[in-house]
Amino acid sequence: MTDVSEHVTDFNEVNKGLSEENAVLEALRCMNCVRPSCVKGCPVCIDIPAFVEKVANRDFAGAVGVVKENNMLPAICGRVCPQETQCEGSCILARKEKPVSIGALERFVADWEREHGVKTPEVAAPTGKKVAVVGSGPAGLTAAAELARMGHSVTVFESLHAAGGVLMYGIPNFRLPKEIVQAEIEQVKALGVEIKLNHLVGRSVSTEELLAYDAVFLGTGAGLPYFMGIEGENLCGVYSANEFLTRVNLMHANCFPGFDTPVKRGAKVVVAGGGNVAMDAARVARRLGAEVTLVYRRREEDLPARAVEVTNAQAEGVNFVCCANPVQVLGEKTVSGVECVRMEMCELDASGRPKPSCIEGSNFVLEADVFIEAIGQGPNPLLVSMLPALTRERRGNVIVDEDGQTTIARVYAAGDVATGAATVIWAMGSAKKAAAAIDRMLRAE
Amino acid sequence: MYLVEEATQLADKVFQMWIHAPQVARHARAGQFLILRIDETGERIPITISAVKGDSVRVIFMTIGKTTEHLSTLKKGDALRDVVGPLGKPSEIRKYGTVVVIGGGVGVASTPIIAREAKEAGNHVIGIIGARNKDLLLLEDEMKEICDELFITTDDGSKGIHGFASTVLEQLLKERELGCVWIIGPAIMMKVTSGVTKPYGVKTFVSLNPIMVDGTGMCGSCRVTVGGETKFACVDGPEFDAHQVDFGGLMQRQRMYVDEEKEALEHFHHPHGGCGCCGGEH
Ligand SMILES: Cc1cc2nc3c(=O)[nH]c(=O)nc-3n(C[C@H](O)[C@H](O)[C@H](O)COP(=O)(O)OP(=O)(O)OC[C@H]3O[C@@H](n4cnc5c(N)ncnc54)[C@H](O)[C@@H]3O)c2cc1C
Ligand SMILES: Cc1cc2nc3c(=O)[nH]c(=O)nc-3n(C[C@H](O)[C@H](O)[C@H](O)COP(=O)(O)OP(=O)(O)OC[C@H]3O[C@@H](n4cnc5c(N)ncnc54)[C@H](O)[C@@H]3O)c2cc1C
Ligand code: FES
Repeated sequence: MTDVSEHVTDFNEVNKGLSEENAVLEALRCMNCVRPSCVKGCPVCIDIPAFVEKVANRDFAGAVGVVKENNMLPAICGRVCPQETQCEGSCILARKEKPVSIGALERFVADWEREHGVKTPEVAAPTGKKVAVVGSGPAGLTAAAELARMGHSVTVFESLHAAGGVLMYGIPNFRLPKEIVQAEIEQVKALGVEIKLNHLVGRSVSTEELLAYDAVFLGTGAGLPYFMGIEGENLCGVYSANEFLTRVNLMHANCFPGFDTPVKRGAKVVVAGGGNVAMDAARVARRLGAEVTLVYRRREEDLPARAVEVTNAQAEGVNFVCCANPVQVLGEKTVSGVECVRMEMCELDASGRPKPSCIEGSNFVLEADVFIEAIGQGPNPLLVSMLPALTRERRGNVIVDEDGQTTIARVYAAGDVATGAATVIWAMGSAKKAAAAIDRMLRAE
Repeated sequence: MYLVEEATQLADKVFQMWIHAPQVARHARAGQFLILRIDETGERIPITISAVKGDSVRVIFMTIGKTTEHLSTLKKGDALRDVVGPLGKPSEIRKYGTVVVIGGGVGVASTPIIAREAKEAGNHVIGIIGARNKDLLLLEDEMKEICDELFITTDDGSKGIHGFASTVLEQLLKERELGCVWIIGPAIMMKVTSGVTKPYGVKTFVSLNPIMVDGTGMCGSCRVTVGGETKFACVDGPEFDAHQVDFGGLMQRQRMYVDEEKEALEHFHHPHGGCGCCGGEH
């Protein structure tokens, strides 16, 4: 473990990764189970024992080859996957001691390859079929890479000026360095995928133009930020986590005025929410120099963020106020404080967590000049609402079958737009299935 | 990269630029805008699409800060790093009968494209364009050509009618049956002018200009209150029913970064080296 607190003023990566020696030692711990449960825990079914064994044998090139058979973005996943609830959570050693650090090993082999020269996987003979992929987040990139390897001609449309989706605008550099994201995207491009930036589908590309492709993959994510709907929310100094993180991660507002986009750094920042997004917003605000308080409506043990993110945030000096919820943002023109109410936990709800409810008269005020809401995101309605034949459920998620097929022929969807805000690896896993289904459909013709 | 095909100055602090951006030009409609970023360190700024010709779009802008000043230094043959669009919903154009299209200051930039589409939809189009004085008046010839009638107002009376667009509008409302009014200009001008149509119950659109980042509905920077509800101007607008808009809230949020904007402009005129946090790269 690295000492996180010392990093709190810069945006450099906090976790420094394994050395070659430590990677080999860690890999040697693997029991090489006959029926490995770790693979079942992996949404993209990487042959974990096989790659770990190659690491143990110092065949790093071989190891990365095994990983990339099932995962084109290993340097990213090795950094941001919640391994503790997936592969590592299923590792047989987890029951006795520590599980094998599969995530760290995945990251190690991917970083090793980047330093030693990347090998582009083979691409099948061209099929002459054209596929449009909308969105260049992990879902779009995975679908594009898979389809390109199968020989289809793939065009990715991305509305922003950089590819990567949340990997670029949401997850901060200190958890996922942006040059690593771009290096993995270069590998997708090397398969022949064309990425058209600054193309908002539905506006810069019409739905007719989109549906003229032989197949369409929608990977538009869940980028619509929800607001709490409380008084004072439109005061200057109130941000959605998406806006705050985009200003810093994508627009580099931390380097203002060297970069032109500003952000309110705040002296006292209050963040509402308890997920990974809230942790990222709080840790970014700390790095911009503020005193940061995170307000979460349930108990500390209910925090939905990864445990390691909570630990890092605490080590970096973020104050946690649990069992509390903002009810009003105070201030004349700009934020001066956030009024909160204490919450008590009542009977368990459908998710098995206790339901929070307000304690009458327990209101208190947290002084603040910036308030960031990180209470969730839904699918961006822009494009999907322009496709009336596309059926969506109440919260706006596009309805798909297990192959990612939507209610429009030839149109598939995966990732957050279909599942609601989830994880990088689930976006990739579902995109892979959809790509396989698109390939079957195109070949059947 | 997006090529600057033509760059000219129209008036004091007002510039016009033709940009090669086929994917924008192909789909652009009245009322829509684009977002541009000059270079790698630049901010994303929204500008209305004021005309389209082939694969190119025209923007007209006033220099009021770092990005617009920088933009005004670009010449034919230079290139912009990013242009995305068309963004926002197109104007709700249909046959209303007689319509009035009003532009104030640099807001006049948006009027020809609306007036032209309204004309094509079979409306009788009245234009009102205003400026502080005659030297700041924009697009007079173009509007004259498109509109059935054109009124010019100047605050100092140096050309056309001495006064504001609202004075002319008030008169028209009294004398004629108006189907719809568009008002584009500074927030305060839109607020005051749209107040005039309210008692007459005439449908009135204003084009809101809050601070934006992505322009695709994923940050909420551009949120405005319309009819008591929060709307994202970049995807739900930028045009809204004027009589429902909370102009006070809009103007307050537009001023969120006044201090930073001063600093950015200062830094543009007197750069002091790298930003110190990315190894001096920038
Ligand atoms: C701050 C933050 C931290 C997170 N941390 C983690 C983590 O540590 N681990 C983890 O596993 N998950 C994490 N997640 C969740 C994870 O990032 C998402 O589940 C994942 O990115 C979803 O991938 P996607 O490809 O479906 O969508 P996205 O990554 O959202 O990408 C969608 C892309 O589509 C583009 N787009 C949308 N509409 C259009 C259109 N009409 N035309 C063109 N382009 C369009 C968008 O600009 C965007 O680039 C985090 C999320 C956030 C916001
Ligand atoms: C939909 C829309 C259409 C617009 N059309 C035009 C146009 O046709 N011609 C024109 O001259 N201007 C237009 N604007 C305003 C233009 O975007 C701003 O003048 C520009 O961003 C100023 O940038 P700056 O760096 O030069 O000035 P700054 O010093 O950064 O800002 C000056 C003022 O401009 C506004 N502003 C700053 N940054 C942004 C931003 N990212 N987004 C929106 N507003 C901002 C703020 O209110 C600020 O107080 C439009 C704005 C919107 C939202
Ligand atoms: S500018 Fe980000 S949502 Fe409108």
